[in-house]
Amino acid sequence: MKLLVCISKAPDTTSKIAFTDGDTKFDENGVQYIVNPYDEWYALVRALELTEANGGTVTTITVGTAADDPTIRKALAIGATEAVRVDAEAKDPYFVAKQIAEYAKANGFDMVLTGKETINYNGAQIGSMVAEMLDQPFVSLAQKMEVAGNVATLERDVPGGVEIVEVNTPFVLSASKGMAEQRIPNMRGIMAARTKPLNVIPAADVAELTSVVSYSMPPSKAACKYIDADNMTELVELLHNEAKVI
Amino acid sequence: MSVLVFVETKGKISKAAKEAVTYGSKIGATTVVTFGDADASALASLGDNGASKVLVCRNLNEGNDQQLTKLVAAAASECGADVVVVSQDQLGKAVAPRVAAKLEAGHVSGAIDVPETSNGFVVKTNVFSGKAFAHVSVSSSKKVISLLPNSISPESTGGSAEVADFNPELGSAGITVKEMKAQGEGVLLPEAELVVSAGRGLKGPENWGMVEEMAGILGAATACSRPVADIGWRPHHEHVGQTGLAIRPNLYIAAGISGAIQHLAGVNGSKTIVVINTDSEAPFFKAADYGIVGDAFEVLPKLNEALKAFKASQN
Repeated sequence: MKLLVCISKAPDTTSKIAFTDGDTKFDENGVQYIVNPYDEWYALVRALELTEANGGTVTTITVGTAADDPTIRKALAIGATEAVRVDAEAKDPYFVAKQIAEYAKANGFDMVLTGKETINYNGAQIGSMVAEMLDQPFVSLAQKMEVAGNVATLERDVPGGVEIVEVNTPFVLSASKGMAEQRIPNMRGIMAARTKPLNVIPAADVAELTSVVSYSMPPSKAACKYIDADNMTELVELLHNEAKVI
Repeated sequence: MSVLVFVETKGKISKAAKEAVTYGSKIGATTVVTFGDADASALASLGDNGASKVLVCRNLNEGNDQQLTKLVAAAASECGADVVVVSQDQLGKAVAPRVAAKLEAGHVSGAIDVPETSNGFVVKTNVFSGKAFAHVSVSSSKKVISLLPNSISPESTGGSAEVADFNPELGSAGITVKEMKAQGEGVLLPEAELVVSAGRGLKGPENWGMVEEMAGILGAATACSRPVADIGWRPHHEHVGQTGLAIRPNLYIAAGISGAIQHLAGVNGSKTIVVINTDSEAPFFKAADYGIVGDAFEVLPKLNEALKAFKASQN
């Protein structure tokens, strides 16, 4: 099996969210970057499990700059065979998806796996766009996957429940919680990652269709109003008359 | 501007569908495209939210990303849409970016407000799991917007939409649905206006009766924290937080949840937050509008009684 896993970096979940340059840039000061958890824990680890059971290779692909290399090495340390970095800043989802689709088209994979979304932009866009560009089915929000030959059976979230679907390779999926368990890279993996190939390739010429003009923060909340545990009638009145939510 | 809104209409018209149509009609003249066997009068009722026409594909009963993308693209071409609006639920996540790629349209994910068009086309979106907003400018002539549920209220215009069958060539579905496991009765969590949630403080799954009772009184959905879903006390689809669902209800009541940053990421878009916790130092109180320091086992039954009395007084 030849698998391609899309890897993005994301700020650690406990990062302080702030902006600089007149609220046009994310403030990276003191921010620790990690591999986006959905890409790592679910997409990458399930891909590794599949190739460990059936043979094959796992290539990771990232659209980013040299600043992304430490997170790419982490993916290699967890067990990916090789990594590709498309040398460009990832700004617009269409631009990013197109880069990944071009590489996938040129190299032919049985499956392209993404996390369901990144935890910073929460866009949930890349997998769906790549699938369209490759003219392949897209299984979104997959939480389980078994593969037999060229047929994959997956469980995925749909409105109001869970669907069990069947799809032939090649296809694209986005992985959510349940696909696999997190793996901590061991020392051997970390050492091996240093010498595994990380191929930097130039970006294809693609127009960006969207851009972030600025960021803003939600208004800060008023201090919590405490209500006596014996006076739930007061709470109900406040929810009705003050908050107007019931 | 001409707008196409894609909605799913299984059985009844969902609140999310009404929101998306209202949103579209604030941008321009709105046509709706949908699929399945919903009856024509239900579809015509989308006119009340501002749609002038509803195109319905009767040949398709199950949502699959490839055929729906072809359907939406054909409808966009049919009505000359500049903007396509899709509700960002599970199906919307599968279809909307794919439609954007097909139309070579800029895609805005997680929209929470109508576009600002005084200088370009800029949409406010939720990023960093609700901890911040990004203002995203779309430069392409065609645009696709995924709207987060509960971001705007459905509005009523008193209108009725013309309903027409629409059956373009859709090709084949690459995905075969073998089985659908419905999560059962009750309010769907992603679009619920009222949510009652509980965590480890409830000590065991057998104690959820009082949470479910409150949800029943309020017509609310139930939710839970991650540890509770992980140890199997509650189903995974109820898990809200960083790795679960992100929700934006009007009211979120949390009992026995400390409020770790990862949990807050899933609920800080809520309009009003009520926190019940024995620990007055629980971090959740910092994000709460109303706080009760007390034991959920004592507070929840009292709150249920007060809510019942309130509901009775309303009737």
